[in-house]
Amino acid sequence: MVDRAQVTSAVFAAIEELNQDLPSGSVLEPAPDTVLFGRGSRLDSLGLVNLIVAVEGALADELGVDMTLADEKAMSQSSSPFRTVDTLVDYIVKRLEEEGDG
Amino acid sequence: MAESRVMLITGTRKGIGEHLARRYVEQGYRVVGCSRKPADYELDGYQHVCLDVTDESAVKRCFSQIRKSHGRLDVLINNAGIASMNHCLLTPASAVERLMQTNVVGTFLFCREAARIMPKAGAGRIVNFSSVAVPLRIEGEAAYAASKAAVESLTRVLARELADMGITVNAIGPTPIATDLIRNVPEEKIQRLLRRQAIRRMGEFRDVANVIDFFIRPESDFITGQVLYLGGV
Repeated sequence: MVDRAQVTSAVFAAIEELNQDLPSGSVLEPAPDTVLFGRGSRLDSLGLVNLIVAVEGALADELGVDMTLADEKAMSQSSSPFRTVDTLVDYIVKRLEEEGDG
Repeated sequence: MAESRVMLITGTRKGIGEHLARRYVEQGYRVVGCSRKPADYELDGYQHVCLDVTDESAVKRCFSQIRKSHGRLDVLINNAGIASMNHCLLTPASAVERLMQTNVVGTFLFCREAARIMPKAGAGRIVNFSSVAVPLRIEGEAAYAASKAAVESLTRVLARELADMGITVNAIGPTPIATDLIRNVPEEKIQRLLRRQAIRRMGEFRDVANVIDFFIRPESDFITGQVLYLGGV
């Protein structure tokens, strides 16, 4: 079963992967309170898309989890699950529990 | 130069897809092909995957396999497609749905998954398949033409969405070519169609390959969102 620490580690791995393509001034810190979306984020809209793709890839490659993160469910929430690393991890863990994989 | 480049072609069991697989393997590409049924040929540098292009999970697994075994994807050719020719009054919804699933959803899924891998190679080329049925508004092909018109829209919008990733997205619109796709179309109708082309002959595999060669060459990195019709349509 996949636990929260493993999900966090996969998200960090995705951030590290994304950082390789970002200019040094724009890299994201792999930390729980790093802002990903909205005020205070260093990512533009395409950067966020690339991060979501990288996180989905890391979940698949490292944890064998096939999950589409940016589905209608995520987009319709009043508080975006993509706001920070922490909220993103929360969202993934919740989805895993709902799907019975967590 | 092409030695380590990886190309994915859909619908390679026969027809244009098989021709393209053979051609690009010969040019040194590592080619991954797919179709619902196994291919009855084997080639060095060619790997066949059995899948239904409308099955999202299977498509994702195919790309995951490509990522693991090749680590990159340079070219995607969305050749898989089906046709259905009948008067609209005689076309059931199930036929329309099948066409849309294979021609539109299938093309979309492969474009989306390819665009997730291609940036790793620093650039990418996607070639989709439209048809002259779109500009010629061929009677009896309402659903087919609509599905290919959707492919053209996908091509143009994805070209813009993926431009920043170094990926070009273009489409070819072939005229009738002697393949299974048109084997049930009456000869008289084919002749009528050919008369609407500027150059009145059937298309050949080499005509398709020529356009694809143009779209995927490195020098074509400023060509995107275009639909190129054969035969002067």
